[in-house]
Amino acid sequence: MICIMPEPDGRSTATIEQRAEHVRERANWMRRRFLRMIVDAGQGHPGGDLSATDILATLYFDVLRIDAANPMAPDRDRFVMSKGHCTGALYTAMAGRGLFPEEDLNSYLQPRSRLNGHPNRTYLPGVETNTGPLGHGFPVGVGIAVAGQIDEADFRTFVLTGDGELQEGSMWEAAMFAGHRGLGKLTVIVDRNRLQQGAKTEDTNGLEPLGDKWRAFGWEVVGVDGHDHAALLNAFDDACEPREKPRVIIADTCKGKGVSFMENQAGWHHGVPNPEQYAQALAELEAEMA
Amino acid sequence: MGAVTKPDTAMFDCREAYVRTVEEMAATDERIVAVVNDSVGSSKLGKFRDRFPHRLINVGIAEQNMVGVGAGLANGGKVPFVSGASCFLTARAMEQIKADCAYSRANVKLCGISSGVAYGELGATHHSIEDVAWLRAIDGMTVIVPSDPWETEQAIRAATAHEGPVYIRLSRMPVPALERSNPHFEIGKSEILHEGGDVAIIANGTMVHRAIKAAKALASEGVGARVINMATVSPIDTAMLADAAKTGAIVTVEEGLKQGGLGGAVAEFCAENAPVPMRVLGFPGFVPTGSASWLMDEFGLNAAGIATAARELLGKRA
Ligand SMILES: Cc1ncc(C[n+]2csc(CCOP(=O)(O)OP(=O)(O)O)c2C)c(N)n1
Ligand SMILES: [Mg+2]
Repeated sequence: MICIMPEPDGRSTATIEQRAEHVRERANWMRRRFLRMIVDAGQGHPGGDLSATDILATLYFDVLRIDAANPMAPDRDRFVMSKGHCTGALYTAMAGRGLFPEEDLNSYLQPRSRLNGHPNRTYLPGVETNTGPLGHGFPVGVGIAVAGQIDEADFRTFVLTGDGELQEGSMWEAAMFAGHRGLGKLTVIVDRNRLQQGAKTEDTNGLEPLGDKWRAFGWEVVGVDGHDHAALLNAFDDACEPREKPRVIIADTCKGKGVSFMENQAGWHHGVPNPEQYAQALAELEAEMA
Repeated sequence: MGAVTKPDTAMFDCREAYVRTVEEMAATDERIVAVVNDSVGSSKLGKFRDRFPHRLINVGIAEQNMVGVGAGLANGGKVPFVSGASCFLTARAMEQIKADCAYSRANVKLCGISSGVAYGELGATHHSIEDVAWLRAIDGMTVIVPSDPWETEQAIRAATAHEGPVYIRLSRMPVPALERSNPHFEIGKSEILHEGGDVAIIANGTMVHRAIKAAKALASEGVGARVINMATVSPIDTAMLADAAKTGAIVTVEEGLKQGGLGGAVAEFCAENAPVPMRVLGFPGFVPTGSASWLMDEFGLNAAGIATAARELLGKRA
């Protein structure tokens, strides 16, 4: 397996096509791997895992400057999983990046496992803060970025949020403060799949016009197809340019992406595919790489 | 009395009794509304929404706003059943519960769903084991932990009749329907579900049927264990506690934190008024990953664990 990682200056020597192809292969592996974990554990959040997979794969297999052998290095890039329920995607990305052995994925949700239903930093190095209740990771990410700002540190902070999660007031308190502080090394990615747990975001408590809201809070706003690896890479490369304002990447995504019967279905927010559904999902994902 | 759990009895999800009762009351009481945080499904309020679409208020994933809106609805003459996973409802909206509901004496009914460790593998963020300790500390907050479907229905009806804030702690963990020779529910009153004079076991919620099972095991050894179902933790039934202390030994057991909950409430009363050796059973703090049933067994919150605690305490009786 080739591994195309960026140079220490954050720039990869590979072409964007090569980098995108690498991320694509890894994302496909993640999807197949965490569906197995969900089936074995008998529970999980496949819809949001599949929605976030391409974003996480882009971060963990290209963008993030982290050293798997020294995951607490003070100058590491920080990644905060604010939508903490999507541990299938997060744990496969972390294992794939070498933060813990791949075979540990078999222990997902088992008694005393380090792989808890929501990420826990006291169990697993590489997790920056414990999330699960929505609306927590982003404020902590802002605090991390403020620490970096005070120290004039080089590390960058990335936060992945759900779109339903943006209904929490704490998200906008954090957004307002990050804008006020001009946290130029902070990037938020919104997994804009338009679904929350029980329904569409716009039918529940609408977020639009979402870009305008962020802009009004002092943020630079970028829109991207959240399943287009080259587009994601370009957006992240750009996010790493020095700047005065924090940046939000609103990633247009599809909840359940890659498994036809899960796509855009609120019912797959949580759930477990039965054996036939699992076989079909695997077949679809394998066909994608053929 | 001597009510007992039927062997091999059917098990029930108390959320069903909760929504059935709220729906029944809403059909005749226009004031009743439900307020949720993207939790229509987990609160099982889909049918309520279909029957009373304009009386189901979904604020989205925003618990602080949910409780504040609930207090406002109460101000406008409604009787809001504010319903969501108890971990987020209580932990996230604690100041709204304190200031908007209790301190303002707003007529809000807070229904915590899937309390305790029902969300097992999802971890400590999703466990609601601190809720009783927190809410019990708030002046004027009534705290009820029903044990079965019948008591859930009674608690919902009593909460509606009661003017003021109430927290009803519901579980999704299956429980049997308890047998009662003299069924009667009143906020602040407890009941004896198994007679005995050697030790008192005080339980509520999902622990009551386990306590009855423990009492039966103890009875076969010649130990008389009195099982008290203390559904209302605040205000607590002090007359029942004074009587229980006369057995000379008290075990409390709850699907919650060892500190500050039911056990804490019993200990506070007994220490001042009727000192008695006690054992407090519950979770010691944040617990590891694992299913709800694994966690209950691992921390001795089962019939065997309760019986063991009672036996150990017998030797220390006052
Ligand atoms: C404070 C809080 N309230 C409620 C929940 C329950 N919950 C878990 S995921 C979810 C929906 C999240 O929707 P979104 O942020 O859009 O995530 P995605 O669509 O990516 O799964 C809800 C309501 C929670 N985890 N935290
Ligand atoms: Mg969403």
